[in-house]
Amino acid sequence: MDLSIILILAQDGLTNTAIYVLLAVALILVFGVTRIIYIPQGEFVSYGVLTLASLQQGVVPGTVWLLLLMAAVAALMESVRLFSEGALRDLPAALARILLLPAAIALLIHFCAPLRLPLGWQVLLTMLIVVPLGPLVYRVAFRPLADAPVLVLLIAAVAVHFGLVGLGLLFFGAEGVRTPAFSSAQFSLGALTVSGQSLWVYATSLVAIGGLAWFFGRTMYGKALRAVAFNRNGARLVGISPSMAGTLAFALAATIGCLSGVLIGPITTVYYDSGFLIGLKGFVGAIVGGLASFPLAALGALLVGLLESFSSFWLSEYKDVIVFTMVIPVLLWRSLSSVHYEEEQ
Amino acid sequence: MAERLLTVRDLSVRYGKVEAVYGVSLSVERGSIVSVIGPNGAGKSTLLNALMGVLPSRGSVEFCGQDLAKIEVEQRVARGLCLVPETRQLFAQMSVADNLELGAFIRYRRGDKAIRQSLENVYQLFPRLKERHGQLAGSLSGGERQMLALGRALMSQPTLLMLDEPSLGLAPLIVKEILKNISELRSTGVSILLIEQNARAALQISDYGYVLENGAVAMEGASRELAGNPRVIESYLGFGG
Repeated sequence: MDLSIILILAQDGLTNTAIYVLLAVALILVFGVTRIIYIPQGEFVSYGVLTLASLQQGVVPGTVWLLLLMAAVAALMESVRLFSEGALRDLPAALARILLLPAAIALLIHFCAPLRLPLGWQVLLTMLIVVPLGPLVYRVAFRPLADAPVLVLLIAAVAVHFGLVGLGLLFFGAEGVRTPAFSSAQFSLGALTVSGQSLWVYATSLVAIGGLAWFFGRTMYGKALRAVAFNRNGARLVGISPSMAGTLAFALAATIGCLSGVLIGPITTVYYDSGFLIGLKGFVGAIVGGLASFPLAALGALLVGLLESFSSFWLSEYKDVIVFTMVIPVLLWRSLSSVHYEEEQ
Repeated sequence: MAERLLTVRDLSVRYGKVEAVYGVSLSVERGSIVSVIGPNGAGKSTLLNALMGVLPSRGSVEFCGQDLAKIEVEQRVARGLCLVPETRQLFAQMSVADNLELGAFIRYRRGDKAIRQSLENVYQLFPRLKERHGQLAGSLSGGERQMLALGRALMSQPTLLMLDEPSLGLAPLIVKEILKNISELRSTGVSILLIEQNARAALQISDYGYVLENGAVAMEGASRELAGNPRVIESYLGFGG
């Protein structure tokens, strides 16, 4: 193992890290705001890649149908709720609120998909399809369970994960896809060759993290999300509704997932079920941060990314095993060093 | 007679099989301070939590002429009802300034532009909060926390402010200060429903009072009359003072 290999592995590791950091942030955000261990986060990564790949081929992606299906289910649930409350007067407005946007997006995609627009536009269309799925997943699967214990929410999350993976197979088939690189440029820095794509990954990740830091630190809605994570009851007393916060958190998580997918599409071949492993590695990073601390989670993600790339060189069959084994000492250290708080103190 | 702001009729709250509050009726007029006094465990906090919608209850609660039965906590806040609970429920890991700003969350959603002005007003009312605006809420002393909780509540520009034991655990001097602040609030057009262990102080600053015992209203009347009532004196005011 010489310096050039070390540099290549480090570069790979950093590229992975950039993605895992984003996913870890999304997982911490969702857990903080809704107490959901968000297993299906990875599916948004693979949906991002697969949707973009369909658009590349000029085909309407299956995720559009999923979007319409989820919106229909959400509309049905809302109708039942309003009916049982005897508030049918509000039904047309509620249905319009749920159905109009997905329908408009589906229509737009229907016309734009065959046009084979430039890559940048296709990425935008991909986000338009995948991001609204986040809030819809929340509305259909989690909002009715808002007061359930963490374990029930976890079980629901696992169910959603299986559902989305199965639907991914149905809509996209079993073949893996790769999307074109944003940049084919190569830069050499001494012994190291840096690809334009990995620079894109670093830059986008940094911008996204900067954007999130600004959002949470400076904007009213960002502060409101943190407030819900710190103290749900206090947040309700100042008028922040948990379901509004949950919807927002899921929208952000879906954006982060889809963005990560778009970024790694050119680097790795992605299958309908690839998202799970990717999401799980982000989860390991989040666990290092105790599902609460963003900086520690970033450190954890860095550890995961580097460990993964170096172990794929030494012991490539075991790279996932090595990465996930890392959770055990982290959990040991956490459970020994941290004070245990009752939930909902 | 002034306009009725809050009308509660026959309110009952149960924890499982235990009825903590039953058959309570009370009302608050616009621009007045109403106090609810009573011993520990009489159901005072339960009553406020039920009015806020934090606890489910039976009976009717009418606020500004509208029935609140199916209205969620957040929507009650948006309608001008605000509770400062006994536990304060501050955002301990966030700064004093952020806590205050979040108090105006519903106004921000409405597109209210005067939030900065309200912040200045709160800082004027509690100069200590201005000094500590960058400090985490969790690092404040008890009195400062109480000021912050009051300040945060005021940021929502409530029509009716419900205060649960604002003097709890505070040094007598600070209690005096806080109660002075509360009676000053009336001049800004806020009506107040106040719960206090410190019955003498509560009756001094309020217009009307209710005595809650074992979950039901035992006595009510103008605060000055209650303060002179022999039974109230014996049970809640003690001798002297």
